[in-house]
Amino acid sequence: MSAITLDQVSVGQELPELRIDVTPTTVVLGALATRDWRPMHHDKDFAIERNGTKHVFINTPHNAAYFERYITDWTGPRSRLGKIQFRMSDSVFPGDEMVFHGRVEGVGTDDQGCGWVDLVIWLTVGDTTTTRCNARVAVPTSADDNPWKRKGDAWKPEPAAAA
Amino acid sequence: MSDLPAEVEGWIGQRRYEEFGEFDVERGYIFSSCASVQNGNPIYWDEKTANEITGGFIAPPTMISVWFRPHYWSPGRTEEAVALKLHFDLKEKLGLPEAVMSDNTITFYEPVRIGDRLKTTQILRSVSALKTTKLGTGRFWVFDVEVENQHGELCAVESYTGFGYVKKED
Repeated sequence: MSAITLDQVSVGQELPELRIDVTPTTVVLGALATRDWRPMHHDKDFAIERNGTKHVFINTPHNAAYFERYITDWTGPRSRLGKIQFRMSDSVFPGDEMVFHGRVEGVGTDDQGCGWVDLVIWLTVGDTTTTRCNARVAVPTSADDNPWKRKGDAWKPEPAAAA
Repeated sequence: MSDLPAEVEGWIGQRRYEEFGEFDVERGYIFSSCASVQNGNPIYWDEKTANEITGGFIAPPTMISVWFRPHYWSPGRTEEAVALKLHFDLKEKLGLPEAVMSDNTITFYEPVRIGDRLKTTQILRSVSALKTTKLGTGRFWVFDVEVENQHGELCAVESYTGFGYVKKED
C-alpha cells in the first residue's frame, strides 16, 4: 500500500482506476456487512416488484465503503478521511462492472497546518456515471506528520468558508 | 405556503430519536466490512500499525451507520425495528410507500474505537414539494444524523437525502 505525502500531490493528478465485477454476492456481502436488512439489497423479486429496479442493488453505506477503500488505497494508512459526499443517480446491479475514477481538485493546508486534498471521484458502469463523489482527505505534510493525532480544534474536516 | 401536514412541518429542525446503538463497536463487523470491499488498509488488520498510527484499532470511518442499525430480531420486540426511523415516519405520514436514498454526506470527527457505544440523534432539515422522477411522484427530504461516543465527543454528522414516492405505473 502506498503512503503519500502532500508534496507528492498536485491538482489535476489522476488516481489509478479500480475495477470491480459485481455479483449478487457482492451486493449481499455489502448489505450484511453494513447491517442493512432491507429486502431490495438481497431479494431480487422484491427489488423488481416493489422498487421497480432490475435486480438487487448496492446500498448506500456499501457505496461509501468502496469510496473509502478507493481513496486510502491511493493515499496509504496515515491519511485520514475528513468528509465524503456522494450522489447516486443510478444503482449498481449484479452483472455490472464498476469502475472507479478519481482526480485531485485541490491541495492545501488549513490554519492548523493540516494538509488537505480535495478529490472528485466518479463511478461508472459502461458509459453511465452512476455515482459522483467529492471527498476531502487529510494527507501527511511530511513523513513525520500524522493527521490521526489531531483532535478538537486541530481537526477541521469542514473546509473554511470563503471570505 | 407549504402543503406539508402540520405535524411533519413541526419536525423540521427538531432533535428526534436520541438512541444508543444496540452493541459495542467490535472487530468482527470491521473485518466483514473490509472484506466486503477488499479494503486492505493495515490500520484495520495489523495491531502494530494500528497502535502506531491510530493509537489502537479504530473502525473505518464510513462504517459509522453500521453501529446504530438495530438487529433484525431481538427478544420481546413486536415490530420491525428500523434504522433512520425519521425516514420511515416521513414515508408513512406523507403516504409515500416506496423510498430510496439519493445523496449521502458524512463529516468525520473523533474516530470510532473498539468498545465504543454510540448515540445518535436525527434532525429533519427539509421536505420538498411534490416532484416526479423516473421512479414516480413523491418528495425529497434531507435529514441529519449526529453521532457521539460515550464520552460525549462528536464522531460524525451524516446527512441523507431520501426520495419517498408512489411508483410510476408501467
